[in-house]
Amino acid sequence: MNKLVQTFVDAIAVGSLYALTALGYTLVYGVLRFINFAHSDVFTVGAWVSFTFATAFGWAATGSPVFGMPIILLLAMATCAVLGITIEALAYRPLRRAPRLNVLITAIGVSLFLQNVGQLEWVFGNAQKSMPPLVEDRSLFTVAGVHIRLVTVMIVVLAAILMLVLEWLVFRTRLGRAMRAVSFDERVASLMGINVNRLISITFGIGSALAAAGGLLYALKYENVSQPADAKWVLLGLKAFVAAVVGGIGNVRGAVAGAMLIAFVELFGAAYLSPHLREIYVFVILIGVLLFKPSGLFGKAVVEKV
Amino acid sequence: MNLSGCNQHRVRGFGTIIAAIVILGSATAGCDKLGGGKKDGSGSGSGVGPGTGGQVVDKGPIKVGHYASLTGAEATFGVSTDNGVKLAIEERNVAGGVKGRTIELKTLDDASKSSEAGNVVQRLISEEKVVALIGEVASGSSLAGGKVAQQFGVPMISPSSTNRKVTLGRDMVSRVCFVDEFQGYVAAKFARDDLKMDKIAILFDQSAPYSKGLGEAFRNEFTGMGGKITTEQAYTAGDADVSAQLQTIKTSGAQAVFLPGYYTDVGGIARQARKIGITVPFLGGDGWDSTKLTEIGGDAVEGSYYSNHYSFDEQRPEVQEFVKKYKAKFGEVPDGLAALGYDAARVLFAAMDRAPSLGGRDLATAIAATKDFPGVTGKISLDANRDAQKQAVIVQVKGGQPRYVTSIVPKGWPEPTKTPAGGSGSATGPGSGSSK
Amino acid sequence: MTDKDRTRNLATRVAELHPNPAAAVGRSAWPFVVGILIAFALQVGVAPMLGDFYADVLLDIGVAIVLAGSLNIVNGFAGQFSLGHAGFMLVGGYGAAMVTYYGSIKLGWVPADAQEVAVYGGFMGAGDLLFLASCVIGGLVAAAAGLLVGLPSLRLRGDYLAIVTLGFGEILRVLVQQTDEVPDPAIAADASAWYAIGHLGGASPFTGLPSYVSATPWQQDASGNTPGHAGIFFTFVIVAILVICAYRLKISAKGRELLAVRENEIAAEAMGVDTARAKISAFVMSAFFGGVGGALFAHQVGNVLSPKELGFQKSIDLVIMVVLGGMGSITGVVMAAAALTLFVELFRPFAEFRMPIYALALIIVMIVRPQGLFGIKELWDLGPWRRHVIPAWRKIAGGWLIPRHEERLPIAIAKRLSTERVSSEMPSEPDPSERDPSEPADKPADEPEGKP
Repeated sequence: MNKLVQTFVDAIAVGSLYALTALGYTLVYGVLRFINFAHSDVFTVGAWVSFTFATAFGWAATGSPVFGMPIILLLAMATCAVLGITIEALAYRPLRRAPRLNVLITAIGVSLFLQNVGQLEWVFGNAQKSMPPLVEDRSLFTVAGVHIRLVTVMIVVLAAILMLVLEWLVFRTRLGRAMRAVSFDERVASLMGINVNRLISITFGIGSALAAAGGLLYALKYENVSQPADAKWVLLGLKAFVAAVVGGIGNVRGAVAGAMLIAFVELFGAAYLSPHLREIYVFVILIGVLLFKPSGLFGKAVVEKV
Repeated sequence: MNLSGCNQHRVRGFGTIIAAIVILGSATAGCDKLGGGKKDGSGSGSGVGPGTGGQVVDKGPIKVGHYASLTGAEATFGVSTDNGVKLAIEERNVAGGVKGRTIELKTLDDASKSSEAGNVVQRLISEEKVVALIGEVASGSSLAGGKVAQQFGVPMISPSSTNRKVTLGRDMVSRVCFVDEFQGYVAAKFARDDLKMDKIAILFDQSAPYSKGLGEAFRNEFTGMGGKITTEQAYTAGDADVSAQLQTIKTSGAQAVFLPGYYTDVGGIARQARKIGITVPFLGGDGWDSTKLTEIGGDAVEGSYYSNHYSFDEQRPEVQEFVKKYKAKFGEVPDGLAALGYDAARVLFAAMDRAPSLGGRDLATAIAATKDFPGVTGKISLDANRDAQKQAVIVQVKGGQPRYVTSIVPKGWPEPTKTPAGGSGSATGPGSGSSK
Repeated sequence: MTDKDRTRNLATRVAELHPNPAAAVGRSAWPFVVGILIAFALQVGVAPMLGDFYADVLLDIGVAIVLAGSLNIVNGFAGQFSLGHAGFMLVGGYGAAMVTYYGSIKLGWVPADAQEVAVYGGFMGAGDLLFLASCVIGGLVAAAAGLLVGLPSLRLRGDYLAIVTLGFGEILRVLVQQTDEVPDPAIAADASAWYAIGHLGGASPFTGLPSYVSATPWQQDASGNTPGHAGIFFTFVIVAILVICAYRLKISAKGRELLAVRENEIAAEAMGVDTARAKISAFVMSAFFGGVGGALFAHQVGNVLSPKELGFQKSIDLVIMVVLGGMGSITGVVMAAAALTLFVELFRPFAEFRMPIYALALIIVMIVRPQGLFGIKELWDLGPWRRHVIPAWRKIAGGWLIPRHEERLPIAIAKRLSTERVSSEMPSEPDPSERDPSEPADKPADEPEGKP
C-alpha cells in the first residue's frame, strides 16, 4: 500500500514536470510546426540560472527568505524567455520558409551550442553542483505512511497554476486567439493584421519561460544542478515531447493529459514491472498511440487537402 | 530497357576491363601490405617493425602521452588524473629526469567517448611519437586505446580502469589499480565481517560497465560469504528519478544499500532515498571518490562507507607528502584519481630507470616486473596479468569528509596493522578546500 | 529496297537491338572494378604514405561515408526523416560480431584457453571471408530491422516519424544493454544461438572481437602478428559498392519513385507510385548498408562495440552529415562525411571549444545555405562543372563518360549556362560509329535550334 501511494505521488510530481515542458513544446509546435530540440536545453539553462541567481544573492549559505523562491522563479523565467526570443530571432527566423528538416538541424545545432557553452568554466562548468534549498523541503503530512513533501506539493500546485494561466491565455485572450490563428494558417493570419513575427517571438518566450519554471522545480526536487553535454538530456525533453504528441500536438489539455499518462506508465512500470526497461516505456506508448490514433489521444484528424 | 543506367555512358567496352585486370595483376606485388598474420617483416610500410613502438630516440626529452576525458561527461576524472600525472612529472624533472633526460607530457582529450579514445591513442603514437602512454579512467576507453597500443607495441599504464578485460591478453597494457572483482570482494568482506550484515540491496547504473561489473562482483562475493541480496535494481546515469527503484528497495527489508555508481548520481540518489524514508547506511565503490560527493549528497551520505584506492588522511608518510605537494600546486586536496595518476607516472619512471632501453618490449617487461613499489595508493606489485595487487581502503563519510576506517588486502596476504585515522589538523579534507 | 533487303535489314536491326551479353556485363561491372582498384590503391599506396594516424582517419572517413551514404537513401532520396540510423548500426554491428566471434570459435580457430578471438588467416583467407560474410549477415539482420522500423512510416510523416524512429533506436539500445557479459571462448564453444543473443555484453563493450578492419595492416605487434587486415581496402570497396548502387538507384525508375515520394507523396500516389512499397524499400536498403557500416565499425581496431556509442547522439551526427552534404546528393554526402570526420580530428587540440565551434558552424551553414552543399544535385550537375569541366574533358577524352543528356543541350539552356561562347558549346553531329546500337539507325539528328 505504501509503495502504491508513493508511486502515485511520484507519478503526479513527475507528470507535472513533464507537463510544464510539454506545454512549451506544444505551443511552439502549434505555431511553428517543428520540434524545438533546444527546448530541453532551455530547461537545463533554467535550472542552472536559478542556481546562479541563488548563489549570487548569497542564499546558498544562509538559506533563503520566504519570498526567495518566487523571485528566483521570476528571474529564471524572464532570463529564459529572453534566451528563447533571441534563439528564435537569430537561428529560426531566417529559416521560416525553409524545409522542416533544416530547422530541425538548426535546432540540434542550438541544442549542442547551449550544452557545450554551458559546460565552459566561466559559464557553469561541467561539474555537478548542489542546489541551494530555496524552500525547506519538510514533510507536510503523511498518507498511508508516505510523506508528502513541500516541494512535491509546490511542483504540482505551481504546474497547475501555470497550466491554468496558459489555458486562460490561449483560449480567452486576444493574444491567445492570435496564436491559434497563426497556428491554423500563418499567411492568412498576417492578412488579418496579426504581426506574425512578434507573435512567434512571444510564443517562444512563453514556452521558454515554462521550461525555465520546469527546470527550477526539477532542480529543487532532485537537489542538484548540472550541465550535461550529451544527448541524455535531450531524451528527458523528448519524453515531454512524446507527452505532447501523445496528447495531440498543439492541444494544451492534451499535453497535460499526455504528460500524466507517460509519467504514470513510466513510474508504475518501473516499480512493478522492470526498472531496467524504464527508458523504453515511453517510446512503446508513443508507438502504440501513434499507430492507432496518429493524431494523438485528444487531437483531431486533419484532412490533408491537395 | 535500362541496364541500370549504364547505357547512358559510352564505354569502350572490354578495353577497360582488360586494362583493369592487367593493373590488378601487377599490383598484387604489394599484397603483403594487406596484412596476413605473417611473422616476418612486411616491406616498407611506415618503417615500423615488431614491437618497436614509438620512435626510440636516445637523446632529448622523453615524450610520454596521456589520454583522458578532459571534456564531456567524465571531465572531472580526466582532469584529476592529469593533475596527478603532471605533479609526478614535475617532481621527477626537478630530480634530474630519467637517465638524465627530461620528461615531456602530451595530454589529449577524448571527450569521454571510447570511440575517440582509439583515434587519440593512434595520434599520440604516430604523430606525437610517445614512448609510453598513461590512460584511461573509463574502462571502455582503455579497452579501445589498449588495442591500438598493443598493436603498435607502445606500453600503456591505466591509472584507474578496473574492468579485468583491459589487461587480459595484452602484454603491453598494465594498470596500477585493482580490478572490479577485488573491489567487490573488499566491499562484501567489509559488509559481512565489519558491519555484520546479511541482507543487502544493490542499486547499480546499468549504462556504465564499471557499475554493472562491480555490482555483479559484490553480489557473487557477498552471497559466497553467506549473505543475501534482497533485490537488485538498476538506474540509468543522468536520469535523476529513481523513486520507483528506491521504493522496491525500501520494502525489501535490506540492512544496507550497495550503490556501485559514480558520485555524480550517487549523491542525488542518496538524498532521494533519505527523503522517502530509507534510513539504512549506503555502501559504495571508488566511483564515489570525489571532492564533490558531500557537496552533492549532503547529509544523505553522512555515515556511508565506500572502498577506495587511498584516503587523504591515512597517516603514511607517502600519502601526507603527496597531499601537501598537490595542495601547494593545485590548491585542493587530491582525490583518488589524482593519486592513481601520480602513482602510474612514478611506476612508469621507475620502470624506465630499470629497463635496458626505452623500446616498447623492454619497457613493457620492466613495467610488468614492478614489485612492492611504494605508491601513494599502497604497495603496488603487478601480477601475471599486469594488474596491481594492492590493498584497498574503506572510508566513511564523517562530518562531510571521507575518513579512513580500515584497509582490506587481497586474499592470501597477511592482515595489515591497522593504522590510525587522520589526526586533528593535519589535512583538511575535500569540500573545504578551495575547490569550486 | 527489295524485300530481301528489307528483311535482312530487319534481321540485322533485331540483332543490333539485343546487346551482346558480355558487353552488357562489362558495361555494368566496370565501375565496380574501378572501385576495387581505387580501394586497393588507397590501401597499398596512399595509406602508407599518409602515416599511421592519417591512415586511421582515412579509415574513419570511409566508415562515415558508408553510414551517411546509407542514411542518404532514406532521408535524402525518399525524404523520410529517420533519426534511428544508429539502431541499424547497432543491429548490424552486433549481428556481425556474433558471426565472427562465435563463428571463429566454432570453426576451431581459437585455442581453448584464449581470452579473445584473434584475426585468422591471410589476406582474403578464411578469416577475411568470414568477416565479409559477417558484414553481409549483419546487413541482412539490419535490413530486417529496417523493415520493422519502416512500417510506421506508412502512417506517419515528418517529425512524428522522426520521433518514432528515434524511439526504435533507443529501444534497441536499451534491449542490448540488458544482456549479460560476453562469454569467454571456452564457454562460447558450446553456446546456442539464443545464448549468444542473450550475452552481448550489456553496457560493457563486446570484448574479444577479432579486429579485421585495421588502417595499418602492415603494423605488426610485439609478437609478430598483424592484428588487422586491409581495413581501408574492405571499407572503400564497400564505399564503392554503396556509391555505385546509390547512384544507379537514383537515376533509375525506382529512384525516381523515391524522389517523387520525397517531393509530394499524394501527387506520387496519384501518378501510380506505390508509395508504401517505395518507402519500405528505402528503409530496408538504407538499413542494410547501415548494418554493413555497423559491422565495419564493430571490427575496427580502435573501436569498441558498446551500446553507449551507438545511441541518439550517433544518429544525430549522421543526420548532420546528410543534411550538410545535401539531402539526396551522393557526392555531397560523401564530401560532407569526409569533411566532418576530418573536422573532429583536426580540432581536437582545441578541447572545450571544439563543440561550440562545431555547433555554431552547423547553425550558420543551415541559415546561409539551407540546401546543404549540393542540394539534391550531384557534383557533375552543378553549373560551374558543366560550364568548364565538361567542355575541357570533352577536348581530352571525347564523349567518354559524359552522360548522354549532356550531349543534347538545347541552345537556350546552353546560352544560359555559358556567357558568350555559344558556338563552342554547340554539340557537334554525333559520330555514327559511336552510336548506341539500341537506338534506331535512322533517328533524325537533333535539331540544333531548340525552341526555348
